[in-house]
Amino acid sequence: MKPEIAMDAPLLLAVILFVLGMIGVVIRKNVIFMLLSVEIMLNAASLAFIVAGSKWGQPDGQVMFLFILAMAAAEVSIGLALILQIYHQHKSLNIDKLKEMNG
Amino acid sequence: MNIVFYIAAAVSIVSTIMVISRHNPVHALLYLIVSLLSLSLIFFLLGAPFAAILEVIIYAGAIMVLFIFVIMLLNLGEQTAAQERAWLKPKVWIGPSVLCFILLAELVFMMVVQSQPASEPKVVAPKEVAQSLFTAYTIGAELAAMLLMAGVVGAAHIGQHKKLVIHRFLKERAAYEA
Repeated sequence: MKPEIAMDAPLLLAVILFVLGMIGVVIRKNVIFMLLSVEIMLNAASLAFIVAGSKWGQPDGQVMFLFILAMAAAEVSIGLALILQIYHQHKSLNIDKLKEMNG
Repeated sequence: MNIVFYIAAAVSIVSTIMVISRHNPVHALLYLIVSLLSLSLIFFLLGAPFAAILEVIIYAGAIMVLFIFVIMLLNLGEQTAAQERAWLKPKVWIGPSVLCFILLAELVFMMVVQSQPASEPKVVAPKEVAQSLFTAYTIGAELAAMLLMAGVVGAAHIGQHKKLVIHRFLKERAAYEA
């Protein structure tokens, strides 16, 4: 028996996860937690791609998932290297203390 | 089959809420892994077995291990948890959360208004994905390879340690030796 899932439900899940990741980025002050929340948002986006791909039975959704995966891996490696450098220079991961650029 | 999807969705939502509300980074990371595993089950139910496998292997396996390495390197334990407890006051998080939930309500409303009829998900085998990736999306695959290369080189460059020189004579000597 094939599973029958309304298309709305996975898309709603993707939206909920995306908003949860957005909340995490906004409310956290620790850079590591912000990076984790960005990962949650990327995952929600790839879930939306997979849902679209399965709706029309096309492989394009999974191809986009692969690209998002590669992008997330590159982003995480760079971001974690930056976090290490920030911690060695400032001895803190609080984004409020990182005001060197006066942004 | 439907009930399996809803259970996995509930698990992933609850564990994601735990991720953004934990104080200890390691706990948050473990909850994120649970969320990724349940998302992988959802991918499988949606007829994307290849994506489900990659989600487990690369996301939960490789990327999360990177996070764990950094947390261990920086030795973020109880001290960070206490710091987070001080930072994460209700006064701080209620405002942004309410605004984000308003946004969520709008999105859900828009999707419910123009809702799609239920259809059974079609299984897309890894073979089709590979054929599409290396014919129609060849340029994308090569660009992704270049992106990963740039990521590796950039991480190696950013992550290197410069030796801290304390005395100026040592500094001159270090500059001479370099």
